[in-house]
Parts: sequence; C-alpha cells; structure tokens
Amino acid sequence: MNNQFQLHPEIASTIAFDVDLLYFFVVAVSIFFMALICVLIFLFAMKYRRRTEDQQAETQTHGHLGLEITWSAIPLVLMLIMFAWGVWIFFKVYQIPEGAMEYYVVGKQWMWHIQHPTGQREINEMHVPINTPVKLTMASEDVIHSFFIPAFRVKNDVIPGRYTSLTFEATKPGKYHLFCAEYCGTEHSLMIGSVYAMEPEDYQDWLGGGVADETPEEAGARLFSQLNCDTCHSDQAAARGPSLNGKFGTEEVLASGERILIDEAYIRESIVNPRIRMVAGYPSIMPTYQGQITETNIFNLISYIKSLPSTEGAQ
Amino acid sequence: MSTIAQQGAAEHRMPRDHFLNAAYTIKSWLLTMDHKRVGLLYLISITFFFLIGGTFASLIRLELATPEADLMEADQYNVAFSMHGIVMIFFFLIPSIPAVFGNFIMPLMIGAKDVAFPKLNLMSWYLFIFGGTFGVLTTLLGGVDTGWTFYTPFSSTYSNSNVILAGMAAFIAGFSSILTGLNFMVTIHKMRAPGITWFKMPLFVWGMYATSLIMVLGTPVIAITLALMMVERGLHIGIFDPALGGDPVLFQHLFWFYSHPAVYIMILPGMGVISEVIAAFSRKRIFGYEFIAMSSVSIAVLGFFVWGHHLFVSGQSIYAGMVFSFITMLVAVPSAIKVFNWMATIYRGSVSYDAPMLYALGFIGLFSVGGLTGVFLAIMGLDIHMHDTYFVVAHFHYVMVGGAVTAFMAALHFWWPKISGRMYPEGWSRLAAFLIFAGFNLTFFPQFIVGYLGMPRRYHVYPEEWQLLNIMSSAGATILAAAFIVPAIYLAWSLKNGKISGPNPWRATGLEWILSSPPPEHNFPTTPIVEEEPYDYGEVIDNPVHEEEHEKEREHA
Amino acid sequence: MSVSTEAAAHGHDEHAAHPEYMRHQFDDMDQQNDAASLGMWLFLLTEVMFFGGFFLGYSIYRSEYYESFVIGSQNLDVFLGGLNTVALITSSVTMAFAVRAAQLGKKNHVLIFLVLTLVLGLVFMVNKYIEYSHKLHDGLIPGYNFLWTGLGDGQTIQLFYGFYFCMTGTHGLHVLIGLVLIVWLLIRVWQDKFTTEYYAPIENFGLYWHFVDLVWIFLFPLLYLIGGLAV
Repeated sequence: MNNQFQLHPEIASTIAFDVDLLYFFVVAVSIFFMALICVLIFLFAMKYRRRTEDQQAETQTHGHLGLEITWSAIPLVLMLIMFAWGVWIFFKVYQIPEGAMEYYVVGKQWMWHIQHPTGQREINEMHVPINTPVKLTMASEDVIHSFFIPAFRVKNDVIPGRYTSLTFEATKPGKYHLFCAEYCGTEHSLMIGSVYAMEPEDYQDWLGGGVADETPEEAGARLFSQLNCDTCHSDQAAARGPSLNGKFGTEEVLASGERILIDEAYIRESIVNPRIRMVAGYPSIMPTYQGQITETNIFNLISYIKSLPSTEGAQ
Repeated sequence: MSTIAQQGAAEHRMPRDHFLNAAYTIKSWLLTMDHKRVGLLYLISITFFFLIGGTFASLIRLELATPEADLMEADQYNVAFSMHGIVMIFFFLIPSIPAVFGNFIMPLMIGAKDVAFPKLNLMSWYLFIFGGTFGVLTTLLGGVDTGWTFYTPFSSTYSNSNVILAGMAAFIAGFSSILTGLNFMVTIHKMRAPGITWFKMPLFVWGMYATSLIMVLGTPVIAITLALMMVERGLHIGIFDPALGGDPVLFQHLFWFYSHPAVYIMILPGMGVISEVIAAFSRKRIFGYEFIAMSSVSIAVLGFFVWGHHLFVSGQSIYAGMVFSFITMLVAVPSAIKVFNWMATIYRGSVSYDAPMLYALGFIGLFSVGGLTGVFLAIMGLDIHMHDTYFVVAHFHYVMVGGAVTAFMAALHFWWPKISGRMYPEGWSRLAAFLIFAGFNLTFFPQFIVGYLGMPRRYHVYPEEWQLLNIMSSAGATILAAAFIVPAIYLAWSLKNGKISGPNPWRATGLEWILSSPPPEHNFPTTPIVEEEPYDYGEVIDNPVHEEEHEKEREHA
Repeated sequence: MSVSTEAAAHGHDEHAAHPEYMRHQFDDMDQQNDAASLGMWLFLLTEVMFFGGFFLGYSIYRSEYYESFVIGSQNLDVFLGGLNTVALITSSVTMAFAVRAAQLGKKNHVLIFLVLTLVLGLVFMVNKYIEYSHKLHDGLIPGYNFLWTGLGDGQTIQLFYGFYFCMTGTHGLHVLIGLVLIVWLLIRVWQDKFTTEYYAPIENFGLYWHFVDLVWIFLFPLLYLIGGLAV
C-alpha cells in the first residue's frame, strides 16, 4: 500500500490494466470534447461580444440539418465503441475461470469474514496468492454491503438472502485497500481491511503458519450430524428426506412439477426456508434454520454437500 | 457592451399596479390563487431548505478535511450526508426551477391568465410545506441515517433513526410534485394563447413539459416504494427484507425507476432556462429549435429505461445490464445536441456578459463535464470500479450543482427584474458568478481523482494518502458557501435600492417581457394573439411598454 | 414585437357575461371542460403508475412463491369477493347513468343514480369490513397477529397477505374517498350548482369511479382466484 500522494491507483490485477486502458480512452475523448467546447465558447464570446448597446447579431439562422446530423452521429459512434468495449471488460471480469480457488466471504455489520479454501479464517484481512484465479462467494448476515478492492478494479455487492460472486487474479505482491462500498450503517467507513497479494510460495508458508483449522468440508460434516441433518437426509430407502449424495449440480423434480438445479442458492434456501420449494415425494416436515445458523456455517454445509460423492454407482 | 446602467434607468418608473402591491396582507399571500405569488412562496421556501441542505454540506466538508473522525461521531456524519441529500433533492432541486420559475414565468410565456388549476397549485405548495415540516421535524429529532436512497433492508429493519418520518417527508413532497406536473401539463396543453403552436413555444416551456411528464409518470412509483418501505418497517411485512422472504434489490429497481428520471426533473428545466438566456444575451434566434425541443422530450422518455445502470454490481443479470448500459449511453446524444446547438447560437451573435449569461456559459462547461463523466459510469466495465466511489459523487454534483443550481442562478438573475421590477448591482452579480464557478470546480474536480483512486462515498474516515485532495475539496466548498451568500445579500438589497428595470431590460423576446415589471395581477388584460415565431431577434426590439408608460404619465398629467 | 395588442376573440367586456361557474383563468367553457377532463385523465395515469408498483411487486413474488400464494388465496372468501365485484360493477353502471342524466339536466335522476352508487359503494365497504374482521379473528394480519398453522411456508404466505392487505387496503381507501366525493356531489346537485353546460365534476368523478372499479376487476382474480376456483 502506497501512502504517498497519488493521482492514479495501483495496477495489481489482470483486469486492472484493461479497465485503465478504457478509462484513459474515455478520458482522452472527454478532454478533446471539453477542449473543443471551452475554446469555441471562449472564442465566440470574445469575437462576437456586444460592442454597442444596440448591436444586433450578425446573422439569424434557423439551424442546419447537416450540422445536427454530424453532431448527433459522432457522439453516437463513440458511444457505441465505448459501450462494446465496456461490455467486453464486464464479461471478462465476471467470467469464472476453471479451477479458481474458492474463498467464502461473509459481510456483517461492520466486518468482513473471510474463509480460505483450506479452512483458515481471517477478519478484515485477506491473503491471496498472485497469478492464481480467485473466486469469492459472498453472503451477508444483515444489510447490503459491497466488496471493493480498488487496486484490482473489482467490486460486487454482498446481498443478504442470496449469493453473489467476484473473481480476480492478483498480479503484483503487496498490501491493498479493501473497502465496503455500499453504505451499511454506523461504522460503514470502518468496514475496511487489507488484501495481501503474495507469491504462491509465500502464501503456502503463510497457510502453514496459520492455525490449522478444519477444512470447510470437515466443518460441514460436523454440522451435518450436530444439527441432525443426517437423521432424515440419509441414504436409507425409508429416509424422510431426499439423499444428498452426488446431488450437487444435478436437477431435481419439485412437488410443483418444476425442475430445479441444485446449486448453492437452492441449498441455502432449503436450509433457511425449506418449505418454499420441496422436492417431490417427501413430506413437508423440515423445520426452518433461519436465525439458527450463521452464513459461514451454511457455506460449510454447502461445501460438505458438494463434496458428497454420488452413491448410485455403488448400489 | 450592453450594461444595465446604460439602459437609462431614469426612463423607467415602477408600474402603478402590479401583483406585488395588489394586496399586502398575509392572507393575500397564504390564500393566493395567483401563479406568480405561488412561485414566490416556493422561492422563499426552497431558499430556506437550501440553507439547511447547505449547512449539512458544510459540516460534511469540514469533517472530511482530515482523515480521522474529529468533528463528528460516525452516526452524526451519517445523519449529515443523509439529510443533505434528502433536503437538497426533495426540497430544493426538484421544486427549484419548475415550482418557482415554472409557476411564475411559464403561464406568462404562453399568454395564459394563470395555470389551469390555481387552487390545486396552491394546494401543491401546502403539500410541499407539509412534507417539509416532516423534513424539519426529522432534523430536529436527530435526523435519519439511511442516505437519501433509503436502501433496504438497512432502512426497513436495521436503522435506528427516524426513517418513517423522513420517508413521510419525501412521500408527501412527492404528491406536491405530481400535482404540479399535472397542472403544468394541462396548462401547456390547454392554456396557450392563440397562435402559440407547439413549435412556437419558448424552449423553457418545452423543458417544463418534459419535466412534468416525468413528475406525473415517475413520482407515483417512488411514492408507492417509500410507502412499502415504511409499511415494512412499521409492520414487518417483508416485501424487501430477505429475512422475511422479500427481495432487497426489488427496492432498488423501484427506487431508481423514479430516481433516475428525477435527475432529469432537475436538469431539464435548467436546460430550458439556458436556451432562453443564451438566445437573449446573444440576441440571436436559437439554433436548431426543433432539435433542442425534441431532445428534451427524448431525454425524458429515455430516462425511464435507464434505471438499471445503478445496479450493474448489485446482482442484476449481465444481459439486463447491457440493455441499461446501452440506453444510458444513448442519452448522451440528445445532451450533445443541446450543447452544440447552444454554441452555434452564440456564434455570430451579439454577446453580452451580464450575470445570467455568465451563469449560462458556466452551465455549458459544467454540464458537459457532468455529462461526459456520466458516460464513464454508464460503461459497464468502468462502473465496476467506479460505482459508489467519489467519482459518482463528483459526477452528479457536476450535473446537479454545476447544471441545475447554476441554471437556477441564471434563471433568478434573468427574471429577477421581471419579478421585482428592479435591477441588482452588475459588478457584484458578475463577481458572484465567477466565485461560484471557481469554488464549485475546486470542490468537485478533486473528487473525480480521489474517486478513481477508490475512495468510497459516504465515508466518514478515509486513508490518509487522500487528505490533500480532500482538503482541496473542502477549501473549494468554503469558497462556494461564501459565494452563495453574495447574491442573497445583493438581491435582498436590490428590492428597495435597485435601479428600476422597466419591462424589458435585456431586450429579450417572449410574452413575459411585454408585461410591465412586476407584472400586473391578472397578467394580460386581453388574451394576446401571437403571430411570429419565438426568438425573433431579427430586428431591434423596442421596449414597447416605454410608450405605454409615457401614455400613463400623460394620463397622470 | 410578435404580439398583437388587439383583444382576442374573448375580450374584456365579455367577462361580465361569464357564468359564475366559469373560472377566471379560462376564456370559455370549452376550454375549462377540456382542461378539467385532461387533468382527470392525467390524474388517473398517476394512479395507474401508483398501483403499478403494487402489481409489479405482486407479480414478482407470485412467480417466486407460487405455492404459498395459492394456499393464501384459497383462504380468501371467494363469495364475498365475488359479491363485491358485482356490487362495484353495478355501481359503475349506475354512475354512468348519473352522468348521462346530468348531461340531460334531469336533476332527480342524477340524485337517484348517485344515491344508488353510494349505496353499492357502502355495500362494498361493509363486505370489506366483514372480510377484514374474519382475517383479524383468524390471525392473518401480517406483522400484527400473523400465525400460520396450516400447510406450507408461513413466512411467504404472510407475504401474500401483506400484498392482499396493502392492495385491497389502498383500493378500499380509494372507494372511501369516492364515497365522500359522492356525498359532496349530492349536495351540489341538490343546490342546483350544475347545468347542462357545467357538469364536469360529475363526469370527471365518473371517470374516477370507473377507474376504482377497474382496479378491483384486476385485484379480484389476482388475489382470490390464484390456481383457479377452488371452492
């Protein structure tokens, strides 16, 4: 983190340079038009200034169709270029690369909880290896927050009741600002932290130095039996709930006859509000876990369910 | 160069009867059906709210002069920026030009005796004051800390401040704005004097029409949105709170469906003013009349389809985002058309440097910066980084203060002689225009830089490396605040001591200028018949009422 | 200057001839009636946008929580709702007759039809009162005494009732305002304030009343009949 006076933020991720390039293009176009407008206004105002009180304009014109078309078409073409360029960058930012390291982020008034793929947890600090794609899956415990790392030029809102995600790939080791960008109450401006981008070896050392937590899957497995999920969601034929083995990423038929993809969002909803979308063929008996389980623990349960192998082959 | 002094004030006398001396009682003001008096009631009330909003702005800039929290606690700071936004937007900017000059000048411009529904017009003012009372009450009871955007579920569940009071304030003021828009639309449709066809209306009237369209179509949506938010807060119904099954992003969609067009409520009347001023002070027919008129309407219509550009990073689908981004960028075209047409109007004109013209020229520059930086934010790839940073803050202040407030000052100086019958001191008015321009740029330009560096908005404390830019901004705000005091003093002074202006000190065209200044109580003694086009600066414009006045003098003699 | 100083068609001395119901800002009754009618239509447009917010929210949650909305809907009283639909549609007809009678200057007919409209409006409000008190008794007022013991997800069923009360409540408020206005119109008719040239208030109130009726025609199937008639 640079504590000196700056005019331009650091470039520390793969897309930061792409964003800056477009930014400088738009800045150049803007400077050109501002210069044109200011110089012309100044010239006109000087040259045609009223010298005597009764002086009339040199000419009276209604307009000029050719000029109107010109000064509509030129901005339009420039807009189209910028629009397409901007969309291209946007897609690039939100494309989730294969094999990205998956971090879980929970925003809470007024701190960030970060959980590494290997289970280490941090508050208001995030250590990431450089030259490695990182995907953040984010949830909020209370109000809307927004996860923002200026040096990486990435930001996404963190919204209660749903998952949002953010991907980036750091390129330059260093310590960078992490902000909450969506106003979230009293200490909004203290919901900040630091992102440490490290060489992959240093990151491995840092992981080794950390407390050896259980991995998200292990934590999820522990919760799964603690919360008695396994009494109903077992593999037994007579089980009162559907088996979850190998279900992640597959489709399931609902009581209403609709089909639904089993993804993070559906699992989350089924824990928090199970009766909204029931799988066909099972009684409506699962209680809600709303308010009884933290977002972090929901993440852990999802990790565990994701890790469950399909048992169909074995049967 | 035309100056006010050279006009020869000695020639002019105040008219014997006008709307100001028709009656002096308080009742004659509070129960007035005269659109001119209603306009002045609004002028006084919004000046009061500008003062409140400005005080909060000063507190914000004072706090941000240092990176640490020294002047205020976090909660107090949050109240300061929330109240600044709510007061300035709902109680100053939205009613500013429409309710003051739309009321005072628009009926005169189209040769009407009054607006279509004078009682409703007065009722709109009372609703505004009623809403304003809630606003003042909110302030006195400790304010609200949700930001002017009232985002759920923070506003509906988590905030501990006076959310319902503040919501009521905006809700009630919204109905004032709906009724004003409705009144103006009917007035423009049905009350035009014979000969004023749609394409012979002054461009200010076109601006008012486009604005009214937004007020009528958009404001009910914000009303229902705020109502649902308040119901949820009061009764926990759960329309927006995910913990109760609701969707917080739905609130943002509904909110911005109104609030983005609301930005055009603030700027379109300003553009209308600038068209009037540029033509009058260049003594030249406005260039590309039809294009300027239609660009106002197209901005108003396009404005209803761009709200999603506030939600690029709020989990909106990428394809929806693309549509919103595209339509938003289209708005740049009618805006560019206006700017270039104004410049073409100045070209080969007879340009004077009176205060309204200085504000108008400043407007072109500041609005262009505001518009161009809006393009940055409409570009999806850039908005990921810039969303909710000071870049956004700087951008909308360039549009709302650099644009709308500058246009309001232009309108005030342009029509002040018409309203009061007196001129303000020339030198002071020019000095104030320069100071406002300079102070404004110093305040908000550094915020573009600090915004791209990544400083999020609504931050009470910030990293110390950004202090220099923030100090520049706070210094600019000091100049700006001082600069706004100057016109307040000389305009008040001019009411008694200013030179008498006569009916048409600027020798402008337009029906409002053939009336005496201040205008008579019932506007036109007979409905005028207009034969020629607007902005007919082809020949030297006589001051027609000169003769009338001479006649009056003769009568007296 | 581009303005002729001659008087327009409606000059100064005509003022004296103007009837008392003509407002000073208008040149003639046509202009006044046109303005009033356009104003009313614009007002109804703002009402459409206002209710539009409800309908939008309703549609989103109905598709999101369809099952819960069906369950909630089946707990509403289709008979009372249907009765109210009939009452309002009939009142729209009587209102139309009242406007026609005003146009023809038949004072007694105007009075009769306005009273009929008033009575039907009151029937609607009484029914609404009965429905609301049943819901209160059953513990179905969201956020106040909401307690769901039946099948399905209570929280999202509460959301359905939230929309039910917000939408029918706002609509009921419109009916109530309409009833007050009918009483005001009755007094004005009684006092012979209207003529065959000036009956715009009755006509424009008719527009408002038809609009209120129309909103109910959307509300009834959307709230009472989700998932078909399930009696």
